[in-house]
Amino acid sequence: MIRSEILRDIAPILRDHLVICNIGLPSQELHMIDDQPSNFYMLGTMGLASSIGLGLALAQPKKVISIDGDGSVLTNLGTLPTIANNVADNFILLIIDNGSYGSTGDQPTYAGKKTRLEAVAAACGCEAVVTCKAEETGTALKAALASGKMTVIVAKCDSGNIKVPVITKDPVTIRDRFMAEVAR
Amino acid sequence: MSISRKIVDDLVANDVSFVTTVPCKQLAGVIEEVENRPGMFHIPANKEDEGMGLCAGAFMGGKRPCIIMQNTAIGVTINTLATLIQFYRLPLPMLISFRGELREPVACQVEMAVHTKALLAQMHIPTYHFHKHADADELDAILKYTFMCSKPVAILTDASFWGGYGDQ
Repeated sequence: MIRSEILRDIAPILRDHLVICNIGLPSQELHMIDDQPSNFYMLGTMGLASSIGLGLALAQPKKVISIDGDGSVLTNLGTLPTIANNVADNFILLIIDNGSYGSTGDQPTYAGKKTRLEAVAAACGCEAVVTCKAEETGTALKAALASGKMTVIVAKCDSGNIKVPVITKDPVTIRDRFMAEVAR
Repeated sequence: MSISRKIVDDLVANDVSFVTTVPCKQLAGVIEEVENRPGMFHIPANKEDEGMGLCAGAFMGGKRPCIIMQNTAIGVTINTLATLIQFYRLPLPMLISFRGELREPVACQVEMAVHTKALLAQMHIPTYHFHKHADADELDAILKYTFMCSKPVAILTDASFWGGYGDQ
């Protein structure tokens, strides 16, 4: 199971929540599968999906799901201690871990080698860390939403991409309609 | 009134309630004031681009943010400023200690100081430079300007503004 199949699987769950989606193919795939005004697509700035999601969760009460990748979390590894030490129980960090930099041609990440992000998250002080297989992602996500506890989910999946169009929406439009959803 | 308290008073008066910081000896008094001020959420960041991500999220969540950092961070955050803060048109006051200016004891700090204003100018970031305490009288107007135009705005505060480096 590859990332786009996970996204297709969990799209009905995501639809009801604020979603910060990682740069590159993850955003393009989610945009193609189920575009929603409650999705904030990152068009640049690799690594900051978790930081934007945490800031959003700390600023308002609605549930926030950041969809991140293993490569992006490795880019901004300092995010995990910040998340652990600033608990927002309305925040879920979903790391789709395919062990590779998917958007750039599936080069392996260190998470695809010896590094285990779930162990890093736990060592940083994150209290609820769940590791699951790709096909269990929806179940894990529903459980995390029901728990009312800040949760880091590491969903292990295969490396691989589908053909998707780029997002041509204006960033200010994405941001404006997203903020209207936040305020709704 | 201490200058640190005056700065935080201006932030509060402009409804800034989410402040992310990366430590700086010169800004320590402001950071302490932010930490202790009721109604203000202080979240230390490990790196300034991470801090800008937190601020972007907080703004979209309805809070007015501010980042407090050193000028060396301009070198760290160019991409984030361009592709997140400017591309999505987000307001972000950046209170910056301007290391490497007059009275600086550490030579390496000068290496980023000489690039600081050039980089900010290249990024078309409105930039203000506080050299004397009276310069801070404009902070209230600068904050209003920042949220009016939804841009990142730099407020450089040099060693003369902070009274030197003590016994360093």
